[in-house]
Amino acid sequence: MIAGYAVPDFVSEFWHYYIAAISIAGIIFSLWVLSSQTTKKLAHGEQAELMVHAWDGDLQELNNPLPRWWMWMFYGLTFFGIGYLVLYPGLGKYPGTLGWSSYQEWKDEKTKVDGDFEKVMAPFKSENLMTVAADPKAREMGQHLFMTYCSQCHGSQAQGGKGIPDLTDKQWLFGGSPEDVQASIANGHAAEMPPMGDAVGGEAGAKAVANYVLSLGGKPHDAALAAAGKDKFAACEACHGADGKGNKAAGFPDISDNVWQYGGSESAIVQSIMKGRKGGMPAQLEALGESKVHLLAAYVWGLGGGQQPAPAAPAPAVVVAPAAPAAAPAP
Amino acid sequence: MEATYNYKVVRQFAIMTVVWGIVGMLVGVILASQLIWPTFTEALGPLAPYLSYGRIRPLHTNAVIFAFGGSALFATSLYVVQRTCQARLLSDGLASFVFWGWQIIIVLAAVTLPMGITTSKEYSELEWPIDILITVVWVAYAILFFGTVMKRKTQHIYVANWFFGAYILTIALLHLVNSAELPWILGGHTSFLGMFKSYSAYAGVQDAMVQWWYGHNAVGFFLTTAFLGMMYYFIPKQAGRPIFSYRLSIVHFWTLNFIYMWAGPHHLMYTALPDWAQSLGMVFSLMLIAPSWGGMMNGIMTLSGAWHKLRTDPILKFLITAMSFYGMSTFEGPMMSVKTVNALSHYTDWGIAHVHSGSLGWVAMISMGSLYHLIPRLWGREEMYSVKLINVHFWWSTIGVVLYIASMWIAGVAEGLMWRATNLDGTLTYSFAQSVAAIYPFYVIRLVGGTMFFAGMLLMTYNVWKTVAAGKAVNDARIPQAVAA
Repeated sequence: MIAGYAVPDFVSEFWHYYIAAISIAGIIFSLWVLSSQTTKKLAHGEQAELMVHAWDGDLQELNNPLPRWWMWMFYGLTFFGIGYLVLYPGLGKYPGTLGWSSYQEWKDEKTKVDGDFEKVMAPFKSENLMTVAADPKAREMGQHLFMTYCSQCHGSQAQGGKGIPDLTDKQWLFGGSPEDVQASIANGHAAEMPPMGDAVGGEAGAKAVANYVLSLGGKPHDAALAAAGKDKFAACEACHGADGKGNKAAGFPDISDNVWQYGGSESAIVQSIMKGRKGGMPAQLEALGESKVHLLAAYVWGLGGGQQPAPAAPAPAVVVAPAAPAAAPAP
Repeated sequence: MEATYNYKVVRQFAIMTVVWGIVGMLVGVILASQLIWPTFTEALGPLAPYLSYGRIRPLHTNAVIFAFGGSALFATSLYVVQRTCQARLLSDGLASFVFWGWQIIIVLAAVTLPMGITTSKEYSELEWPIDILITVVWVAYAILFFGTVMKRKTQHIYVANWFFGAYILTIALLHLVNSAELPWILGGHTSFLGMFKSYSAYAGVQDAMVQWWYGHNAVGFFLTTAFLGMMYYFIPKQAGRPIFSYRLSIVHFWTLNFIYMWAGPHHLMYTALPDWAQSLGMVFSLMLIAPSWGGMMNGIMTLSGAWHKLRTDPILKFLITAMSFYGMSTFEGPMMSVKTVNALSHYTDWGIAHVHSGSLGWVAMISMGSLYHLIPRLWGREEMYSVKLINVHFWWSTIGVVLYIASMWIAGVAEGLMWRATNLDGTLTYSFAQSVAAIYPFYVIRLVGGTMFFAGMLLMTYNVWKTVAAGKAVNDARIPQAVAA
């Protein structure tokens, strides 16, 4: 890093001088060419000289003086450029007399708007999430935030899609109490299922296990295959439990119910077993800050699927609890 | 043989200009339709992947720039260099090699890009085996061109050849530096696709900077300097007037070449590119207005004393309208490189508007005008089969371009404003999908404009077909001996 310059763009002084020198030389060259062809304008009635050469029979050139407005515009643009390079960074590591940098410009703007917006959002931060969810103004802000940060995956109607949870129904992989929702947004979730094809004996084994899984929920299945899959299901029990009810605290889904993130047909389940699934929700607290997470949690909870807090649950904490580790161990 | 001009290679490239124009613009129309009906090519079943947007978008840009524009440049530069040097091309064999070599490159591009074989560097997508072929053909072209200049019988080198020469040298430099890449097979990957895959020799922001140094100079030298060479021959010929100012051509030639080289960083404003590089890109882009307009002035003012010809000569209408679009887009470009304007215009359809006002309004229209001048002369006709159809083509093209760029300007500014609009609580007013919905009607207008431009190209094809059918290839155009001193 070169002293006095914020960004270590140049590995040595040489490159600084190199950039500065060829930039200045380029400008001087342009000015020199321009001034070498700067002549008096034609007197009234005077004709432009016709050059003596001719090509291809009739191709010839007049030698009119440079159009005045064009010539002065060129000089003007060049001097504007010189002025700009005095004021702003451009000539190698020379920082410019204004001390401007794009990083500082961004930082100043961000600090200002964050301050302004915090004033609007902060009052809700100390309120109970369910109270916030009932507040029309908070809900409007929550919707704006949702459209900006969440709709890319969960959709503008929050109904999700394949592999992405519907936030409007009553099914929650990681809990539907206000605190659960807030924790999911703030800290995210790893939700990965490793490929289990080898553990269950390949495609045929996966098909058997899939039928056993269907039998756990009492859904239509092939009884013979399900029986064959029962033993192989041992490979799945560590996470999904012997009864297939999963472990909500750890984020392992219940596979005996009717909610399927990746489809509940036999073929979809076989694919989940064979190839595994890479889900997951990125943590938002660091990027968005507490105020926005609080408003978003209230908004999502209020979309229709929110559940009442557990009786023993503590009051909504400003600093949210870290989520339970949710990664499934590899076989 | 030495006493006549080689018109064969000019004819070959002239015809392929029309053919590749149809192909490239048709792909453009398909892309514009996909932006309105995103799934309409899915009905093609197993063929659908080859027509997916991401694959045929580079096919469109490569076809219109390097196949259509490239063929037009080969045709006109090889014609102009002979006529103004009053000498036959250096070698007929080399001329044939350049023609067939370039056509093979285009066909390889048309096969590999829909297959998804790409370096993913914009305007430089072709993979390393094709890059090597391009280098070989380009060197042959340079030898052919400069060899002909060296055996000229005229004392001075005509201004059009300065511009063609600058373009040939610069494109060689740009292609070699930006295409520096490491083929995968050097790492022992011998799968079928691994044979073609390569990785750029540069990484991170250096890669971005080299890419846009290339990208902007591809615009500056392939799509500007070379077409100015075209302008310097066909405007004075068609108007029957001398060039306005030799002096002006000196100033704008040297400063255009010198300043264009710096403009690339304006594609990377407010990115990880260091501030100093962004500033230099902006400063030199602004200065670039002057040399660009110098070219425009020299083209348009050449018509002084012959303005009345614009009323009756649709070829001149093409040529002069092209200069006007050139002037407009070379003002627009520098404005878009100003940091504060760029903050609004970047990543929006404004960029699409800008690039098409240059490529349709300037590059395509100057090529069409030049071809309408050239084709009758290559097939021994007084004029095109139908001058009236040239006029119709002119109006379809002009209205098409205006619809295209006006709709994309509106769409681009709307996107820029919607993306930055915030509520009082600091949240964004619009989601991205809402901005897509807002510009939907303008995508329809763009398709109408683009289709009109494409339809004009079909008219041209018919006109060229009838002219060629009624004519006879000229192979005995004698080189005049007398050279004015």
